[in-house]
Amino acid sequence: MAKFFVNGEQVDFRAAPDTPLLWALRDQLGLTGTKFGCGMAQCGACTVHLDGKPIRSCVTPVSAIEGKRVVTIEGIDHTSQGHVAKAVQAAWVDKDVVQCGYCQSGQVMSAVALLRENPKPTDADIDRAMAGNICRCGTYQRIREAIHAAAGSLRKA
Amino acid sequence: MKPQSTTRRRFLKSSSALAGALVIGFWLPETRGRFEARAQPQAKTPIPPNAFVRVGKDGSVTVLVKHLEFGQGVNTALPMMVAEELDCDWSRVRSDLAPAGPEYAHTGFGMQMTGGSSSVPESFDQMRTAGAQARLMLMQAAANQWKVKVDQVHTARGFVIGPGGRKLAYGQLVDAAAKLPMPDKVTLKKPGQFALIGKPMRRLDSRDKVTGQAQFGLDVKRQDLHTAVVAHAPVFGAKVRSFNADKVKAVNGVTHVIETAHGVAVVATSFWSAKKGRDALEVDWDLGPVAALSTESLRTQYRQAAAQPPADAKVARKAEHPDAMKGAAKTIVAEYEVPFLAHAPMEPLNCTVEVRGDSAELWVGSQFQTVDQAAAAKVLGLQPSQVKLNTMLAGGGFGRRANPVSDYVVEACEIAKQAKVPVKTIWTREDDIRGGFYRPMYVHRVEVGLDAQGAIAAWNHVIVGSSIVGGTPFEAMMVKDGVDPTSVEGVADTPYEIANMQVTLDTTRPGVPVLWWRSVGHSHSAFVMETMIDELAAAANKDPVAYRRGLLAKNPKMLGVLELAASKSGWGAPLPAGRARGIAVHESFGSACAQVAEVSLEGDEVRVHRVVAAFDCGLVVNPMTVEAQVQGAIAYGLSAALMGEITLKDGRVQQSNFHDYRVLRLPQMPRVEVFLVPGGEKPTGVGEPATPPIAPAVANALFALTGKRVRKLPLGSTQSA
Repeated sequence: MAKFFVNGEQVDFRAAPDTPLLWALRDQLGLTGTKFGCGMAQCGACTVHLDGKPIRSCVTPVSAIEGKRVVTIEGIDHTSQGHVAKAVQAAWVDKDVVQCGYCQSGQVMSAVALLRENPKPTDADIDRAMAGNICRCGTYQRIREAIHAAAGSLRKA
Repeated sequence: MKPQSTTRRRFLKSSSALAGALVIGFWLPETRGRFEARAQPQAKTPIPPNAFVRVGKDGSVTVLVKHLEFGQGVNTALPMMVAEELDCDWSRVRSDLAPAGPEYAHTGFGMQMTGGSSSVPESFDQMRTAGAQARLMLMQAAANQWKVKVDQVHTARGFVIGPGGRKLAYGQLVDAAAKLPMPDKVTLKKPGQFALIGKPMRRLDSRDKVTGQAQFGLDVKRQDLHTAVVAHAPVFGAKVRSFNADKVKAVNGVTHVIETAHGVAVVATSFWSAKKGRDALEVDWDLGPVAALSTESLRTQYRQAAAQPPADAKVARKAEHPDAMKGAAKTIVAEYEVPFLAHAPMEPLNCTVEVRGDSAELWVGSQFQTVDQAAAAKVLGLQPSQVKLNTMLAGGGFGRRANPVSDYVVEACEIAKQAKVPVKTIWTREDDIRGGFYRPMYVHRVEVGLDAQGAIAAWNHVIVGSSIVGGTPFEAMMVKDGVDPTSVEGVADTPYEIANMQVTLDTTRPGVPVLWWRSVGHSHSAFVMETMIDELAAAANKDPVAYRRGLLAKNPKMLGVLELAASKSGWGAPLPAGRARGIAVHESFGSACAQVAEVSLEGDEVRVHRVVAAFDCGLVVNPMTVEAQVQGAIAYGLSAALMGEITLKDGRVQQSNFHDYRVLRLPQMPRVEVFLVPGGEKPTGVGEPATPPIAPAVANALFALTGKRVRKLPLGSTQSA
């Protein structure tokens, strides 16, 4: 049994310890905002924050996160970094970033992590931070614009 | 609602019971435009009413969108068309995906579907009419209440206004309006009168999609829901000889092991248990005839057939003077090759099925609701009307979810039928990449004869590849004289004025399942046509834009985007050292798109820095979405042009996931500038037409940079030529 925290609440996970965090979130906890895209840390659709850092939940077994704090797209607004998440989400809506939207939970989680570390990212910083998140609809240009816009709105706030 | 047996009165009655709402339904039995030829005959019997608009007592307006929303923006564009005529408050408009139902049929194809970049064009009149009918009924209800004539009232953003400034909110009129007969005739606004259509409007689904709340097929939750993961054949067409599930049963959570027509499914209480169960499964396969297939052997076979078409090859376009080639002063011959391509939508394929005795319910992000509903019914031994198909948001599709043989839906139904529990069948990414239904591999061989002045005197074009609709229920409807139009579109019907063009098609049957992939035949034909035209411009020592201009004199749409892209890109102006431009222009789905790509080489790697796209899609409904679709279509086409390829060896697909079926990532995304040609009376296609030009634009830029012609995709192919 693994114990960890998801969006501030303690979870006692009783299924197989090799279960990836992604499937613990989706199947056991019903948190389906975190998406399955590849299962091998290639696409970033499953990005969540573990102790504040973005990780790929599809390759992170629950046995490896004992006692740690997981934040998902459902909880990101309510953390101490909620203002960053809200700025990112508002910029995403304002720039009309999403198309199918399936990858966007992961994109938002990666962007929030970037802006928390780096409040004024350059294009090269954005390239590095977002290269692991695939979008097949090709919303990349608007993602870049939205990250700059969110950074700008956070500086004003 | 049971549309088959419901009269209008009963319909309205039952629908007003539906949360006290005014529900507007109607039918528009006309076909038009490019769909006319392919449309199935419309039923002569009275068409049952159907529902597109619900006005709630609280003044909310819900538009039921009959298409699949998978990124292209129908969840916003269709409500805009309704709201334009309904004259409601846009901030109160929501959209829902309609389930499968005959009332939601495509006005051109006669079945419910999403494809061919047709969603906005085919529903443009239908949705506006629905809005206008609802508005007129609300006006009539208000007029009745005020005892005035309907022409004495008008509307303003969700209110009916009467003489003396009296006003009633739409929500207050819902009950009275629901009792009125449906107006037969309404007058629609002219484009000059539009208040909403043509304005950049943000999507209605953004908030849900950036907060993780949007419900995709994969997110369906049901009581006692199980998950199935399937061991698919390692080689296309292979059959299960036997299997050993001893180790599977040891996996905690596994409940069933079920043989299907094409594999063995492991059903469990969670995905991870099902996946582990599948990994523990031992299947003995009868591999069949495809086990010897390789891309290399196909290439040899296709190239031979292109050089010497077999006797049963078909003529898709006949030259006026077949002997013209003999009189040519000079000939140019080029051979082109494009690979199989997987669609690889972000959301892996999935379908949830719940069987309950004499009915069943499906949840699936389907592009082909009618086809999938019928296929499910057949597997389950039910009538289509006994199968409720709920359309879920889909995480991309690009054609993969429009399968005439409903592969993943049929499989999910086979599993649920045997398991006798609700089951969500989930494909892994490996299942998706290796699961077939690819854009076909093609070889083109083009021979162009030039006269003494360098003008085109004859054009012999041979296309070799498999037919998308061949062997499917669509074959009878679409294949004419042995020619699948999707194999030759963009070549045989080229908008260029080319004398003596002969197009020959050799349809192959390699045993690899194929399917439409964003822009279908144009995904390869534009690459061939536009790189060859570029080559001919160089042979004639002419500027690529000027040369195209000469061949498009009678096509203002193509000419318009060509000139616009050239001027906005600064065509002809100097670039920094190491950079070059290339242009391509192509017409598809009723729209024309020209693109200028700026490229450089970093070692062997092609970098695309900037793309200027000029797009004529007729009347623009939502420019904000159109711009996004052009950007996205270019990104999708660039993935394929730079690195997309599915290859086979010993019958096995060599790629499996995003590490070896590589796709465009953010750092590789060029800056895309989109310019829309204004005007137009009717909308034409948006989702696909910007994909075809990008590969040839990049290839032509590389020629300008290096002097070498690109005749094979992808540019970064791991395969030798």
